[in-house]
Amino acid sequence: MSIWEYANPKKFMQTSAWALPWVAGLTLVTLIGGLVWGFFFTPDDYKQGSTVKIIYIHVPAAMMAINVWAMMLVTSLIWLIRRHHVSALAAKAAAPVGMVMTLIALITGAIWGQPMWGTWWEWDPRLTSFLILFLFYLGYIALWGAIDNPDTAADLTGVLCLVGSVFAILSRYAVNFWNQGLHQGASLSLDKEENVADVFWYPLVVSITGFVLLFLALVLIRTRTEIRARRLQALETRERMA
Amino acid sequence: MSEPPLVSVAGLAVARGGLAVLEGIDFVVSRGAALILRGPNGIGKTTLLRTLAGLQPPLAGTLSALPEAVAYAAHADGLKATLSVTENLRFWAAVYGTGSIDPALNAMNLSALRDRPAHSLSAGQKRRLGLARLLVTGRPVWVLDEPTVSLDAASVALFATAVRAHLAGGGAALIATHIDLGLHEARVLDLTPFRARPPEAGGIRGSFDEAFA
Amino acid sequence: MIALLARDLALAVRAGGGFGLGLAFFLIVVTLVPFGVGPEGGVLARIAPGILWLGALLACLLSLDRIFALDYEDGSLDLLATAPIPLEGVVTIKAAAHWITTGLPLVAAAPVFGILLHLEGAGFFWLTASLALGTPALSVLGTFGAALTVGLKRGGLLLSLLVLPLYVPTLIFGAELVRRGVAGMETTTPLLMLAGITAATVALVPFASAAAIRVNLR
Repeated sequence: MSIWEYANPKKFMQTSAWALPWVAGLTLVTLIGGLVWGFFFTPDDYKQGSTVKIIYIHVPAAMMAINVWAMMLVTSLIWLIRRHHVSALAAKAAAPVGMVMTLIALITGAIWGQPMWGTWWEWDPRLTSFLILFLFYLGYIALWGAIDNPDTAADLTGVLCLVGSVFAILSRYAVNFWNQGLHQGASLSLDKEENVADVFWYPLVVSITGFVLLFLALVLIRTRTEIRARRLQALETRERMA
Repeated sequence: MSEPPLVSVAGLAVARGGLAVLEGIDFVVSRGAALILRGPNGIGKTTLLRTLAGLQPPLAGTLSALPEAVAYAAHADGLKATLSVTENLRFWAAVYGTGSIDPALNAMNLSALRDRPAHSLSAGQKRRLGLARLLVTGRPVWVLDEPTVSLDAASVALFATAVRAHLAGGGAALIATHIDLGLHEARVLDLTPFRARPPEAGGIRGSFDEAFA
Repeated sequence: MIALLARDLALAVRAGGGFGLGLAFFLIVVTLVPFGVGPEGGVLARIAPGILWLGALLACLLSLDRIFALDYEDGSLDLLATAPIPLEGVVTIKAAAHWITTGLPLVAAAPVFGILLHLEGAGFFWLTASLALGTPALSVLGTFGAALTVGLKRGGLLLSLLVLPLYVPTLIFGAELVRRGVAGMETTTPLLMLAGITAATVALVPFASAAAIRVNLR
């Protein structure tokens, strides 16, 4: 049996209906577990005090903001190459989730930046890149909303996602070049995980897992909604034509 | 007659807005032949012609007309209002890499209007200019969507003459129309029997319906 | 292809304002800036590179929605798509015509506007050079946005929303190049980046634009 069989809408509806309660349950456990652990059972940072605990929201949200766009790129490519409708609808379903994740990362970043840097907003490369990413999400969602024919919309947003990805990465480097910035990279980023003490690290991993599962649950729900909406639209069109 | 036909279509199905509208269409059009497509409004004549012109992919079936052989004329004439009649035609002649535009002007009785800007033409004159464009494409297969809209009786006759000359020169034509063009030698294909059945009745699925699969 | 370029340029000239409107808009932006930030020469000189680049970018944006809309409405786009020119060629020519009618006049007029904003000596050369290198990318990316929104009734606002984020790298390197040129700093990096972005955009984005047009005509 091929993996592409899950791209069949009926099969997807069956599988997702079975998987959704489990994913949702696990989301609740890991998200609440990770956040409670992080907020109440870790020591304060010696420099930043308890403000550091915002990383349990900020870091997972920021990771998801980027990864959701990457997922949209993959599903858009699958749609453009193999024409699986579920794939296009999953990209459509994921975009608003990714946009909200970007917004959460921006807002928590501002809240964290205020006591640390003394300002709500700094034109720091990372913050600026996320703002640009937010604009890309806005444009992508707006294009989906503007086009009536679902296949046309899927094709055009897919092309936009492809071109947008290249320019999003390009913007990231351009912004880096433009302003070196004062964002603290090391203690937050995963690729330098040894810089974060284990006491912070484990709850962070749990809440990141929670955010991933939350995203998965939301995308499953929203894709199911999109498929149902699509069926409704097909029925209505057929009715009109008959 | 070992030469293959200019257009041959087998089991063709076309979709509009994600729903199949026509299915199971078979026909061949050889050199020197014309095919007139008829059917009520909304049956999918325009969709079929756009598919033949290569503007949209067929939903199913095979289509052996090369898009490079087709000259397409739609409801809109694609004229630029601020350009003169000759400038409009010369542009298309240059795009298609063909020569003089004078035969086309004469055939459509536009010589007297040649320096008039297109916005000052009447609807029928514009239509004639749009049809003259076909003559400068130099392509063998004419795919025409309602070519006689806003033409008077004399212009319709002019148009029929141009089509006959095109056929006599080894071309072919597919014409969707509601009126009698006076092309009595042309075959008529009524599209009504090819209306797509709903998928429950065994009809072909449009991409819209794949959400049910 | 040359015939198409000649036709588009002739249309721009006859429609009136093809060449002039973008420039007039650029002039208005440059005139309004001192009203906003005050007439002090030092401040204006410091922000001049950025303002001039922003003005060029907005002037470019202004005429984007007309690139395909007119051809779409009168049916020419259908006919061009079935013509012997590949659609990739059509969109490239369209971008070129847009650049000649808006980008090129901006490049030529920018030094004059630089005087209004007290741009400093070396800045004039770098401003002209950066606009000449960067505006082709703006036209090509704008053509892509116009191709995406060609079938939409009110695509203008959406077009801006789609295109402006794509302009970020060009704007950053373009304005940075002028800033560095004025300050006498090293200019090779932004110069090469700007040229590279333009070259890659002009080479690759027309394929995406043509794909979008095909989808929209379907």
